[in-house]
Amino acid sequence: MVPQLVFRDLTLGYERHPAIHHLDGMVERGALMAVVGPNGAGKSTLFKGIVGILSPLSGRVDRCGLDRRDIAYLPQVAEIDRTFPISVYDLVAMGLWRQTGLFAGIGTRERDRVHHALAAVGLTGFEKRPIGNLSGGQLQRVLFARLLLQDARLIVLDEPFNAIDTKTADDLFGLVRRWHGEGRTILAALHDIEMVRTSFPEVLLLAREAVARGTPADVLTPGNLQKARRMCEAFDDDAGECRVAAE
Amino acid sequence: MYDLLIGPFQEFEFMRRALAGTIALSFGAGPVGVILMLRRMSLVGDTMAHAILPGAAIGFMVAGLDLFAMTVGGLIAGLTVALLAGVVARVTDLKEDASLAAFFLMSLALGVTIVSMRGSNVDLLNFLFGSVLALDDPTLILMASITTLSLTVLAVIWRPLVLDCVDPGFLRSVSRAGAPAHIAFLALLVLNLVGGFHALGTLLSVGIVIVPATVGRFWAREVTGMVAVAVATGVISGYVGLLVSFHTGAPSGPAIILVAAAIYVGSVLFGPVGGVVPRLLPRRHLEA
Repeated sequence: MVPQLVFRDLTLGYERHPAIHHLDGMVERGALMAVVGPNGAGKSTLFKGIVGILSPLSGRVDRCGLDRRDIAYLPQVAEIDRTFPISVYDLVAMGLWRQTGLFAGIGTRERDRVHHALAAVGLTGFEKRPIGNLSGGQLQRVLFARLLLQDARLIVLDEPFNAIDTKTADDLFGLVRRWHGEGRTILAALHDIEMVRTSFPEVLLLAREAVARGTPADVLTPGNLQKARRMCEAFDDDAGECRVAAE
Repeated sequence: MYDLLIGPFQEFEFMRRALAGTIALSFGAGPVGVILMLRRMSLVGDTMAHAILPGAAIGFMVAGLDLFAMTVGGLIAGLTVALLAGVVARVTDLKEDASLAAFFLMSLALGVTIVSMRGSNVDLLNFLFGSVLALDDPTLILMASITTLSLTVLAVIWRPLVLDCVDPGFLRSVSRAGAPAHIAFLALLVLNLVGGFHALGTLLSVGIVIVPATVGRFWAREVTGMVAVAVATGVISGYVGLLVSFHTGAPSGPAIILVAAAIYVGSVLFGPVGGVVPRLLPRRHLEA
């Protein structure tokens, strides 16, 4: 079993308040893992810690030799400014950052890759369209096209199938399966428990700390889900200092 | 027609210098203004324009109407206010816009006080509204240099600036360039305001940055197009504003900004991208 990510007593949060508290464990290389939990469980926070956007309050994430550019991250659509005047083509081409960096040009080969990526998500002909004119499902397809270009070994998807129709979700999940087949490691935050049961071999149930981890059948039990909901409600604005952290 | 449109520039060197200065300003201020607008920081530009006043005024106190002293003073004051406002916003509960507003009012009051104590009312008017018809060689070279530097630095930080606006989470996942790009951009903003200050004064220098950028929003759907429209608007405003000033005797700086404002009003009404009239005129819908 070769690890791709190792969490060592990891605490992540905002202004000293932990959103993920003392998380230990690892993600195997090539894993396809769903991360589930109620709102406020810390799924997005964990992902931000994994991709390096958020520094740990304590503990650490060991990325096992992965460079920042080996990680592809799909943020929640809500974090994207859809009023910004940028075309579908330009947003997808940002996925070439690994090759182009700050100012390397985009040549014929790169342009072809952008067109292929758009074709792979069914958006040929949308190149010039401003992102503000896209539906939610179309924007999600655009973001998946950008992920395709990133060609990363670890892919982190934050709620990739929220508010999109079944057809789009199925199409995009086809890409996730393809990546899994290519040996890439995939983490996806999801709310659709049925999809997790049927499509993911491994689940992490999160509620500010790990509630359970394993196969969907073992993890997604009524008892565990109930426990997760209770743990999220334990958030306290007036909490004292964590004694575990002080030891 | 020749006397109306070209004669003043052929006949008078100060008009040619003024035109060269405003064209130089427009090429730097256009893209800076568009990014400022798209980052929803238009009022930050206004604040920073006022923030350079006390620095330039101290330069004036120390060395009189010396280009170098006033420029360095303005730069130091502008960058200091940007930094302090950011620090106050991060170490207290005050939001950055409120913090900037407090600093800008302090800066304006301090700057006007300093100039008034040392100089005359004419000096004060020059500080507030500039003297575009009195640009000498060193000032023109300074303005052109600021534009050259702005375009060069923007070429380097353009991608992170754009990506930081549209998808900051993604940018932070692929690069650490977001914060340095933001700081470099603020420095460029201060530089362009200092360049504009010599021609248009502290109160109006932000006009050549922001007004053409807002015009761009009504004519183009993509950032590059907006920048092109903003630069063109700046150049046209400079040319027409100087002519209006020459023929009517109106003060030149305000005339330039008023022409830009007139283009803005026309764009709000008739601009093809979200203008009022195109929205009201019924057009047949497309097939797909």
